[in-house]
Amino acid sequence: MAAYDVNGTSVEHDEEGYITNLSEWTKELADVIAVAEEIEMGEEHWAVVNFLREYYEEYQIAPAVRVLIKSIKKSMGPEVGNNKYMYELFPYGPAKQACKIAGLPKPTGCV
Amino acid sequence: MAPLDDDKKDVPIFSDYPSQMPKIECGASLDTNTFKAYPEHNEALGFPGELIDNWQEVAIAKIGELAKKNRAFQVYLDACVKCGACTDKCHYFLGTGDPKNMPVARQDLLRSVYRRYYTFAGKYFPWLVGARDLTKEVLDEWYTYYHQCSQCRRCSVACPYGIDTAEISMAAREILDTVGVGQKYCNEIIAKLKKTGNNLGLNPKALRATLEDLEEDLEDETGIEVKIPLDVKGADVLLITPSADFFAEPHIDGLLGYAKVFHASGVSWTISSYASEAANFGMFIGSYENMREVSWRIRQAAKDLGVKRIIFGECGHAWRVGYSFLNTLAGPFDFLDQNYPIPQHILEFTLDEIEAGKLKIDKSKNDEHIMTYHDSCNVARGSAMGPKEGGQFDVPRAVIKAVCNNFHDMERDTIRENTFCCGGGGGLLTDDLMDLRIKGAKPRMTALQQVTEDHGVNKMAAICAICKTQFSKVMPKYGYDMDSVMSVHQLVANAVILDGQETDEADPAAAEETP
Repeated sequence: MAAYDVNGTSVEHDEEGYITNLSEWTKELADVIAVAEEIEMGEEHWAVVNFLREYYEEYQIAPAVRVLIKSIKKSMGPEVGNNKYMYELFPYGPAKQACKIAGLPKPTGCV
Repeated sequence: MAPLDDDKKDVPIFSDYPSQMPKIECGASLDTNTFKAYPEHNEALGFPGELIDNWQEVAIAKIGELAKKNRAFQVYLDACVKCGACTDKCHYFLGTGDPKNMPVARQDLLRSVYRRYYTFAGKYFPWLVGARDLTKEVLDEWYTYYHQCSQCRRCSVACPYGIDTAEISMAAREILDTVGVGQKYCNEIIAKLKKTGNNLGLNPKALRATLEDLEEDLEDETGIEVKIPLDVKGADVLLITPSADFFAEPHIDGLLGYAKVFHASGVSWTISSYASEAANFGMFIGSYENMREVSWRIRQAAKDLGVKRIIFGECGHAWRVGYSFLNTLAGPFDFLDQNYPIPQHILEFTLDEIEAGKLKIDKSKNDEHIMTYHDSCNVARGSAMGPKEGGQFDVPRAVIKAVCNNFHDMERDTIRENTFCCGGGGGLLTDDLMDLRIKGAKPRMTALQQVTEDHGVNKMAAICAICKTQFSKVMPKYGYDMDSVMSVHQLVANAVILDGQETDEADPAAAEETP
């Protein structure tokens, strides 16, 4: 199985780049995944990733995109907290790509 | 692993017209393969974890078993006369140009093996009748090309014998599963549903939190309390809707639409956390047992909650399973109110409410949208709606026209019973098939572009979670915004005015002036 290399430590991921052992996530790993995804992590990216992780901690699943956006809107204002901007931050979608960077499982189903 | 980029070279070129024959390219999509399921996914569904040692023997026996059990399947294998009527009907063939994506060629992948082992001519003179041995190469070819069929059945409408490629594709996937070669996307999802009640893996606590959040949004918008009830015993209606309606855009807007319609109608309703999924991927993999197990949850939830009616939300193949198979799979539903269809579609319910004058509607709220409608394949070719023939085409259009002023149909050969698949149906809505999905959407996108040019159409409504997700992902590749696809009940939600609702514009004329 393929793996990310975080300062010499390898962290396994599946065919699509989602890590297989969620407890292995670290901020350093998030940066490594982001590089693989061709995303440069800024403050706004981190706000999304942090919210996803908090939500997952509470509910064991990623939030609906709408719930995510509402929260970001509250914390960072409507210029950041909107659907269009989320796709600028995470071109392959805030649900899947941001989850991957946040070390959460991939949302499955008709989504 | 890099995200799909927006390089101009990736932008597919529209065809001159939707059914335009592509340039033939042998093996064009031979390397397009979807991820295989992990052992734990297969085992959760009752299949071997990985390819078994005696796979050849088991697969051949399975073909015989299916042919014996399902006479239609045997007729489909026996009856083809290679007339060619189906060849240009498949969106994946039109999009990829790979001749093995012609429906007749897809059928022949299995038919040739059936002939070899189950017909006189094939047993003794295989070279005369196109019969071939089942080898590992053939098995791999099945995996590749039976996962490039969305089981949309457009080709079966064109076939003079009514040969249903979807049945053959489902059988092929069942044979593959039986020897331990499953597809990750479908099998992981079915396994998840068995654990949590839905494809997403949404647990009751998370589902409740999501619905409460959406109730807040509804109250912010309307100024009144509109409920989205969960696990309410004794409600009249159990709503079975795809879990994408709790998660994705524009699906959620559809869910808000159902909530508004139920609120306005005064009918008590509930969602069930136990059966929080309309989708039934058991159909996609051709597994009767898995399809039955998924359906059985709906029966159980209806009994546990003591409801009188079951209504399905906007989900294409769920409605085929619901309308055509539910009674066989999980019936009899003698404990429900027999005065209503069992099950009923949310569009039937909404249209009844509209026709009874129970909904206050301001159509001008949708004036910015110049609409067309995408018939979802499983609804169009696998079900019906309402009391009249063709209701599955007319009911959705009647609802759209009741809440929108601007509606234009796409070309006749691409709608109703001839509708083109969105390109992501039948268990192919997975990122590892994105290239195929983009190419498969080409006929539909070409038809959409025609009405955009002719009538200025800027939005397309759909009633299937797969279609909605697929279009929101592939439309940008064709130059449309991702929100160019809408839920039908999103349009309803926009136009319905609830009793006591705060409106921005007291004067409807003012609303019309708003761009």
